[in-house]
Amino acid sequence: MFEIVAKKEWHPTITEFWVKAPYVAKKHRPGQFMILRINEEGERIPLTIAESNKEEGLIRIIFQKVGKTTFHLGTLNVGDNILDVVGPLGKPTHIENRGTVVCVGGGVGIAPLFPIACGMKEAGNRLITILGARSKDLLIMEDDFKRVSDEIIITTDDGSYGRKGFVTHALEDVLKSQGDKVGEVVGIGPPIMMKFIAKVAEPFGVPLTVSLNSIMVDATGMCGACRVTVGGKTRFVCVDGPEFNGYEVDFDELMMRQSMYKKQEQEALERFKKECPQAFEGIGEVA
Amino acid sequence: MAEQKPKKKGLNLNRLDMPRQDPKVRITNFNEVALGYTAEMAMEEAERCLECKKPLCVDGCPAEVKIPEFIHLIKEGKFIEASLKIKETNALPAVCGRVCPQEEQCEEVCVLAKKGAPVAIGRLERFVADYEAAQGEAKKPEIAPPTGKKVAVVGSGPAGLTVAADLAVLGHKVTIFEALHKAGGVLVYGIPEFRLPKSIVQREVDYITSLGVELKTDVVVGKTFTVDDLLTEEGYDAVFLGVGAGLPWFMEIPGENLNGVYSANEFLTRSNLMKAYRFPEYDTPICVGKKVAVVGGGNVAMDAVRSALRLGAAEAHIVYRRSRAEMPARAEEIENAEEEGVIFNMLVNPIEILGDENGWVKGMKCIRMELGEPDSSGRRRPVPIEGSEFIMDVDMVIMSIGTGANPLIPSTTPDMEVNKWGYIVADPNTCKTTKKGVFAGGDIIRGAATVILAVGDGKTAAREIHNYLTTGEW
Repeated sequence: MFEIVAKKEWHPTITEFWVKAPYVAKKHRPGQFMILRINEEGERIPLTIAESNKEEGLIRIIFQKVGKTTFHLGTLNVGDNILDVVGPLGKPTHIENRGTVVCVGGGVGIAPLFPIACGMKEAGNRLITILGARSKDLLIMEDDFKRVSDEIIITTDDGSYGRKGFVTHALEDVLKSQGDKVGEVVGIGPPIMMKFIAKVAEPFGVPLTVSLNSIMVDATGMCGACRVTVGGKTRFVCVDGPEFNGYEVDFDELMMRQSMYKKQEQEALERFKKECPQAFEGIGEVA
Repeated sequence: MAEQKPKKKGLNLNRLDMPRQDPKVRITNFNEVALGYTAEMAMEEAERCLECKKPLCVDGCPAEVKIPEFIHLIKEGKFIEASLKIKETNALPAVCGRVCPQEEQCEEVCVLAKKGAPVAIGRLERFVADYEAAQGEAKKPEIAPPTGKKVAVVGSGPAGLTVAADLAVLGHKVTIFEALHKAGGVLVYGIPEFRLPKSIVQREVDYITSLGVELKTDVVVGKTFTVDDLLTEEGYDAVFLGVGAGLPWFMEIPGENLNGVYSANEFLTRSNLMKAYRFPEYDTPICVGKKVAVVGGGNVAMDAVRSALRLGAAEAHIVYRRSRAEMPARAEEIENAEEEGVIFNMLVNPIEILGDENGWVKGMKCIRMELGEPDSSGRRRPVPIEGSEFIMDVDMVIMSIGTGANPLIPSTTPDMEVNKWGYIVADPNTCKTTKKGVFAGGDIIRGAATVILAVGDGKTAAREIHNYLTTGEW
């Protein structure tokens, strides 16, 4: 059992927990993720780790409520337990001093970007951060990133905060003005965003790392649910990734595979709405 | 009347069938197919055992079960004693009685097998194990005084459970580390409920923890701890690696990443471990097509195809590139599948999976095969028949062509040798790896094999670990 020791609501659809998971905290390195299962009937879902506190044995997770499991997770409170937490999983980020690194995060993809940004900064890089959200109220972790970034650009789709537009617009400007200094771009967010980051960055010839969040079951290389085509070869996100060369990932296939259980996900969500209406308080129509 | 007269005094060739669920009924549920002997049936079948002076059956058993002795106890109606007799050498009788390929082991060499009717050793083993369980708490063997030594067992499948049980009885402090949330390894994620009920695996796991073995789930060795962490920081004196061969192989043909294509591992893990067959009561979903093709001819393929039927597939096919005679699955499982209406497509090999505009499987392009010269495995090599391509009308494909070694542990244990396939190099007589204090057994040293071979390795490893811990000699 893994106890929730702190909870923060960033938005009715975005929740943060600090969870007591000493083994995971101790070994966690930037880029790695974990698996959790809420209860005996629960599914195993991969979640990114936003930060770890090795001394106190805590990990920080920030998740968006999109389906039954994440809405259910959001109903848990400080003092409640999560039945299973497994990790840290996946390969850690390759971190080195490349001069200047641009970290681009979109939506809750900002959360797993944070340890990577910290690692890049510690390695001596000049850190430019670009964070994007649909609107101001959905933006997370701005203050955390301000602490470690040499330069930070915020974008919102609706212009309610920072620059109006997408992270890709900001990235293009950065690469145009100082592209020759940028040694690497790290982009994490929805697949469609990462796909466009790749389109924008490619002409500048700068290395691009992306982190994928596919459907997983065991997340130890046993099932292959997370397979994705990278550079023409099938790879498992759980053990070969989650990070890959952003120019080689078949994002269309990734998006197609993420939709495999759309019907069942909808069914489970509708059922949970009836079972537990309080989990949906303050939320409009959920897609 | 003459037929009823036995040819030779005492030789009874009426091997007793075990009752099974009717095929029409059982494809609508996940309950166990085989129903087991009654006490009367067990005693009747036991009577057939000749109790040979030099029992070949025992030599045929990787777990060295004292077969004639436990059968003798059944003849006397001493069922509990019979179960304990088995447990002297095999901690997993209810499992092995169900899933061992007895026809290739103890029963193959039974003297009555020459007459076509070996004693049903597996069914008897199963009966006494279930009988004992029904009587309440399992009786435990005497446990030696604590030795002060700590052993880490990595993986809670049949090899790991066996090592843990044997070492606990010898007085060592054993901790099992399991990557999944439930103990049992392939017994819980791979083998379906209808062939091996999970309550039976749990019973065997509970028995092993009752011997003082500590079980830590949700720990991925290679990630959460490395093998070196276990030997240093965590203070274990020896490590046993029984992590199985869990990495699924794909055919590397076009269309394999389409939606509706599963590895057998994923399909079975969703259904068995995650109980997706009870969705939405359980949260894990599973997709099942109307026409499902399972590619492969092993036991796992049979498990997958029979699960697909139970999950509602209207048509379930086996697609196998060789002929029926070369199929590695147990004859019993092939028969069960046939009875349940599985369609067997022999000498057929997929070459491409076809998708619709939304990325879902809509068909599978195959080619017909013929058997040529024997290959390195001694089986006749299947060769494609030119121009025989055709399209199978299916909307789901499950790849069940085998599994390989998971690199998680070797990649974080640089001073431990692996072979060119990624399996851990270990002496089969001692289970010793090339790294001091580290032993390995089961599928991770031999490639995907059977439960009982893993149990056999577990016994070997336990003996050698005990020897290493008491003498300090490597």
